[in-house]
Amino acid sequence: MSVLIWLIPVAITMGALGLAGFLWSLRSGQFDDMDGAAHRILMDDDEPLPGKDTKSDD
Amino acid sequence: MVALDATQSGLAASGGVDPQAFVRRREGLSELDLMVRGATCAGCIARIEGGLREDDRVEQARLNLSTGRLALAWRGDPALAADYVRKLGRLGYPATPYEPEREADPNREEEKRLLRAMAVAGFAMMNVMLLSISVWSGGLEMSETMQALMHRISALIVLPAAAFAGQPFFRSALRALRVGHVNMDVPISLAVFLACGLSVWETFIGHGQTYYDAAVMLLFFLLIGRFLDMRLRARAGEAARGLAAMQAATANLLEADGRIRAIPARDVKAGDHLVLAAGDRVPVDARILEGEGALDGSLVTGETAPVTAKPGLDVWSGMLNLDGKLVLEARADRDNSLLAEITRLVEAGEQARSRYVRLADRAARLYVPVVHGLAALTVVGWLLIGGEVRPAIINAIAVLIITCPCALGLAVPAVQVVASGRLYREGVLVKSGDALERLAGADTIVFDKTGTLTEGRPRLVDADGVPDGALEMAARLARTSRHPLSRAIADAAGMGEAAADVKEIPGGGLEAMVAGQRVRFGAARWLGIDAASDPHTEAWLVVGNDAPVRFCFEDRLREDAAEVIAALKARGCQLHLLSGDRAGPVEAVAATLGITDWQAEMQPQDKIARLEALKEAGGTVAMVGDGINDAPALAAAHVSISLASAAEVSQAAADFVLQGDRLAASVVAMDVSRGAKRRVLENFGLAAAYNAIAVPMAVAGLVTPLIAAIAMSASSVLVTLNALRLARGGR
Repeated sequence: MSVLIWLIPVAITMGALGLAGFLWSLRSGQFDDMDGAAHRILMDDDEPLPGKDTKSDD
Repeated sequence: MVALDATQSGLAASGGVDPQAFVRRREGLSELDLMVRGATCAGCIARIEGGLREDDRVEQARLNLSTGRLALAWRGDPALAADYVRKLGRLGYPATPYEPEREADPNREEEKRLLRAMAVAGFAMMNVMLLSISVWSGGLEMSETMQALMHRISALIVLPAAAFAGQPFFRSALRALRVGHVNMDVPISLAVFLACGLSVWETFIGHGQTYYDAAVMLLFFLLIGRFLDMRLRARAGEAARGLAAMQAATANLLEADGRIRAIPARDVKAGDHLVLAAGDRVPVDARILEGEGALDGSLVTGETAPVTAKPGLDVWSGMLNLDGKLVLEARADRDNSLLAEITRLVEAGEQARSRYVRLADRAARLYVPVVHGLAALTVVGWLLIGGEVRPAIINAIAVLIITCPCALGLAVPAVQVVASGRLYREGVLVKSGDALERLAGADTIVFDKTGTLTEGRPRLVDADGVPDGALEMAARLARTSRHPLSRAIADAAGMGEAAADVKEIPGGGLEAMVAGQRVRFGAARWLGIDAASDPHTEAWLVVGNDAPVRFCFEDRLREDAAEVIAALKARGCQLHLLSGDRAGPVEAVAATLGITDWQAEMQPQDKIARLEALKEAGGTVAMVGDGINDAPALAAAHVSISLASAAEVSQAAADFVLQGDRLAASVVAMDVSRGAKRRVLENFGLAAAYNAIAVPMAVAGLVTPLIAAIAMSASSVLVTLNALRLARGGR
């Protein structure tokens, strides 16, 4: 049972880290535009390579 | 075609608003917030942001897809604003400038505070469960010291977490107690305090069972309910502000040196000279100094026939200038205009409405004395039977914990969030949760005519009756004009060619040379035709020296009006029609739709009086309207519905706003509201059933922390699942 002396603080610390992460992301406005964030990942910022045929990105 | 292009690009550019008035200067940058319509996907974001960034001067272009707001910043001239708005229009996303809120929105702040509290409560709940469950399941193998250690760690987690996450409830309970009331938060706060207090006592003195997990679980579930409720309110408020921003009003100020400058309408002062272009709305109450033409007052008075504008005439804010440029002298600033008078009536109505007691509060009034009475009886009963103080108090606390209104707290907000989400998809904007409750009870529905049951703009009657070619000839001229009658002609004729070099004579009509002939289209008076006695709205076409051709117009019923009236009748509602228009057209509409109870030429005060009479007679009155003159009536009714094309004040006063101007959505709103009320009552039933089982056990002293945890979470989940049933059904 003595292993619990280590495990419980470790478990709680990890939980607390998650909580801190959530509060930080809330404060930094990452939840202000949920729909936009879901779509932005699909956007392709890359420019076509020079010299190749430029393709339409539609 | 030249004239047509100019008109259309002018329309797309401004929508009647000059964006430059909303530009803010900061450190050499010009900043503008825009409300963008039609953006729904990643492609839209890329096109909008990419399209604007093509201009090197643009420093920042960021679109918030959830709210449709675009933050734009560029180096240099504020006048570029109009270019950017035009560019967005060309890309297919019409944009309107708006003024961002000066101070932080209190609803949004509260929402964030609740979300933080919920996160903390959730974290504490999960970690305490980890410890509690090991105590419950390992009770036999676990040594006393180990159990004591577990309890101490639990205390370390729960006490600060409950102190933080419980604040919304503690504060509200304190506020209620101070004014001598009892609300739902009083038993909640009491249960949390007692659960924590009892557990601390057991941990350090009594060595019995602890309720740490119950305390935070209570908070977590209740905070979910609170958060959903607040989110609904914040969302609705945001959407309402978005609608208001779409109608942002600017005025063109005519300065002493003859220059014209765009300013926000609320900066207009009495005595200012304003220029009103065709298609603009009168920003403040004013008097006409120069210019002639026609004004559409339907949104203000409910009358469809245009008002003839001439110097010296007093005009009211909200009227639409149909043709010709007018120069106005402001008679009052915006706060003292007719609009402000209407707003005062609206506020009076809203105060009356705030007396409505929400279902949840009615439940709370019943609930609190019963629960506290039960707890007191438990103490007395156990003292009488056993004579020992400790089990008596522990069992009384168990009663308070187990009856804590977790399921009751979720019962209403969960249903309302699901219901308004569904209505949002159906194109109905819900402004507040209790509006759903009020609409569910409505049995008397009062309609406005102009713009609500009818389209609020003229349509050509009897297009087949006009001679061949006349309609097409009239349309050639009409396609260049923004006058409602011209638009009606253009609509009736469909797409086609427009005549070149069309002259628009204010207060008269249109004139052009087509194929060497002089063609004129406009008012009878201007064309020298004697038709003063005709009851119809009309326009005449004269080609060369031919006999004039007459076009008649009427304000046509909405396509779905008859269907909606029939559907509402089938749902057992009494229907009334109150209009500011003349008796003739009102009677015609009432007869067509089969509404027997109608009244015409009603002033806003008359409408309120009629609504009060209906309320006196015992009806629960819903008002459907759109005009500025309807706004006080919308606020005075028990519940009200407005349309997206309605005046800003009316949308602000209404509980529901129908997007896309589909009247049929009002029937959906009614059905969903009634469904929501059924679900809420079912949820109350579920909560009552849960209490009927759990309370006797608690009174008898059979409840352990394990049973409390299972019972509370099970009832909350059950209630939420029942609410989700509302999302299904319908299309």
